[in-house]
Amino acid sequence: MTGHVAHHFDDAEQQFHAANLGMWIFLATEVMFFGSLFAAYTAYRYMFPEAFVAGSHSLDVVMGTINTAVLLLSSLFVALAVNAAATNRSRAAAGFLVGAIVMGVVFLGIKAVEYADKFAHNHVPGAHFQFHRESEGEHAVDGEHHVSVNESAIPGGDFQAGHNSPDRTLEKRVELFFSLYFAMTGLHALHMVIGVVLLGIVAYQAWRGAYSQTYFTPVEVSGLYWHFVDIVWVFLFPLLYLIR
Amino acid sequence: MTTELLAPPERNYLSAGYTARSWLLTVDHKRIAILYMVSITLFFFVGGAAAVLFRLELMTPEGDLVISETYNKLFTLHGIVMIFLFLIPAVPAVLGNFLVPLMIGARDLAFPRINLLSWYLFMLGGALVMWSTFVGGVDTGWTFYTPYSSTYANTNVMLAALGAFVTGFSSILTGLNFIVTVHTMRAPGLRWFRLPLFIWAHYATSLIMILGTPVVAAAIFLVALERGLGIGIFDPKLGGDPLLFQHLFWFYSHPAVYIMVLPSMGVVSEIIACFSRKRIFGYRFVAMSSMAIAVIGFFVWGHHMFVSGQSVYAGLVFSFLSMLVAIPSAIKVFNWTATMHKGHVWLSTPMLYALGFIGLFTMGGLTGLFLATVAVDVHVHDTYFVVAHFHYIMVGGSVMGYLGGLHFWWPKITGRMYPEWWGRFSAVLVFFGFNLTFFPQFVVGYLGMPRRYHTYPEEFQIYNVMSTAGASILGVAYLIPLIYFIWSLKYGPRATANPWDARGLEWEAASPPITQNFETTPIVTTDAYPYAEDEQRTEETLLV
Repeated sequence: MTGHVAHHFDDAEQQFHAANLGMWIFLATEVMFFGSLFAAYTAYRYMFPEAFVAGSHSLDVVMGTINTAVLLLSSLFVALAVNAAATNRSRAAAGFLVGAIVMGVVFLGIKAVEYADKFAHNHVPGAHFQFHRESEGEHAVDGEHHVSVNESAIPGGDFQAGHNSPDRTLEKRVELFFSLYFAMTGLHALHMVIGVVLLGIVAYQAWRGAYSQTYFTPVEVSGLYWHFVDIVWVFLFPLLYLIR
Repeated sequence: MTTELLAPPERNYLSAGYTARSWLLTVDHKRIAILYMVSITLFFFVGGAAAVLFRLELMTPEGDLVISETYNKLFTLHGIVMIFLFLIPAVPAVLGNFLVPLMIGARDLAFPRINLLSWYLFMLGGALVMWSTFVGGVDTGWTFYTPYSSTYANTNVMLAALGAFVTGFSSILTGLNFIVTVHTMRAPGLRWFRLPLFIWAHYATSLIMILGTPVVAAAIFLVALERGLGIGIFDPKLGGDPLLFQHLFWFYSHPAVYIMVLPSMGVVSEIIACFSRKRIFGYRFVAMSSMAIAVIGFFVWGHHMFVSGQSVYAGLVFSFLSMLVAIPSAIKVFNWTATMHKGHVWLSTPMLYALGFIGLFTMGGLTGLFLATVAVDVHVHDTYFVVAHFHYIMVGGSVMGYLGGLHFWWPKITGRMYPEWWGRFSAVLVFFGFNLTFFPQFVVGYLGMPRRYHTYPEEFQIYNVMSTAGASILGVAYLIPLIYFIWSLKYGPRATANPWDARGLEWEAASPPITQNFETTPIVTTDAYPYAEDEQRTEETLLV
């Protein structure tokens, strides 16, 4: 199907190579983008290990594990879709892509449940943030030490030595953990939403039989993007949920 | 030569359409280059106007023209506009966009529609920055340092930061397009070490664009989260570290200096070879020095934070790494000089700009070594010494290169010659005005005048008066080319395909080129710059 070769390319092979390389370079920029957040995570985890452990204990490992499995499954569907498109089975590719989209939506749904839980427990950074050290996670229940961050939210508060109890300080550090949690998983979820839309468009084209052995570039490059978003989660999951 | 009788090619990329639609929806890399050229010229004069206002304020030690707050907004506007809306896109998005496909014998960039998208993103970012100015301005400085930008500033930080964020994506898309184009679309026979040095420079620049820009985007994203949603990544109240912002910011913003100057170095290599009538001396070293600057440039950012509370050991390592950048930079300067040695040097307008570049860049680079030395930097940090240093690189280097390139390829871009006498006159005037503006700032900075204040002790007035006088000359020197370039569009003599008798595939295309660039794809059989060493240049073959 040479009809797909744009005027400025010599042949389909050159065009495929260019599109593929373009997506790899785009993914390199994404690595640097997420890499900045991973760098911030690393720096703060090194500075405040105790708070990060405490924050991590309030995350639901079961939900995280299910989501990891869901995403890995979606990547399998995408790989199958690329294979189907490359072997002239455009409709089958559409089916696999729909499978991947469903998995993506399930992931976002579970993520939404987790976010709702954080809102319910006032774990969202900001004026209403609260963290009860002893009642969280595996520790014994003891609510007496709770102090709302509101009371200490005076300018430069933390630098005024002697006015902060260890628990109040810890609560602020945990708020920092949750700031990173929301920044990183929120950005990841945004990429998931974009990915779902992207796969939706490609799935529609595939259903119409647009792809074949000689032209399946959109399936290939959107698949690359999806795998990348998956891999970001594969790093986020242990950093946020598992390392305690 | 009977230039007046030459007719332009009947169909060229300029005559392909005259409607607004044919420009605003074009996917032709040459037309997109023109869109960029018009846009950045507007932004250049906006940024320049801000500079005129604060230079007038600095004529006197007292704050008598504007109040401190307005002064802060003026230098912030100047910085944001000149860096994000002029210097970063100047050479790559205008000359690079126009020339990269032509120089490698391609019909367009690999992704023409993404190229157009990058211009729209650029304009959106520019509009946001202008909007932030019209609703009251921003006073954080172009660096958006936290916690001031995230917590305390009561100005339109979000709008301006969003503008910088969006133009970043435009820059990423340009870099991505260049890399893919150079990898996949070179003409038959055009091996990597036959590429013009302009291409090497743009390839190196593109690497920085795609690897550095996302990091500053993330930093701005986190500031926006903190300011807008209270998600406090850098908030000291939570134990957040403002130094982390500086790390992320400078990880991009120091290499960004190389985004500004590397493409100009590519321009200078082309001009020096052409007007010395010689193959560039040490071609491979010049090519690889661009790559070396791009790579080493990623490991020097900490020299902006010597006095910010960074550890002494980190400071020493960054000091050493910063000095390493001087090596590839010096390789370029020495090789350009060696190229001119025993060449048939013709002091045309582009050549004057290129020579100006070498001199001013050398000054800027050597004073950079002062700043890379921790002990000296403690003394001159945040003084006018720093201001002078980076203007020698960014104005003395980048802008000279851009103007030189604009003159060199003007006949190719427009099919018209600019007036040579006025060109030389303004090139000399730029050099003179520039030095009068910024050399006194080295002195006054060394004497201890801090940057970013609108009042200063009386003993510094003489230097500031010199600086303001120089800036006025510089302003006039920049207006002259604007006027004669526009004049030349209608009245300039018609240009031949190769008015400088230069080498390179772009000179084999018509002036102005046809939409597809070449009638047939060229086949390359020689290395770059095949200027005959013994070639006798005769003035008659060149349009004077």
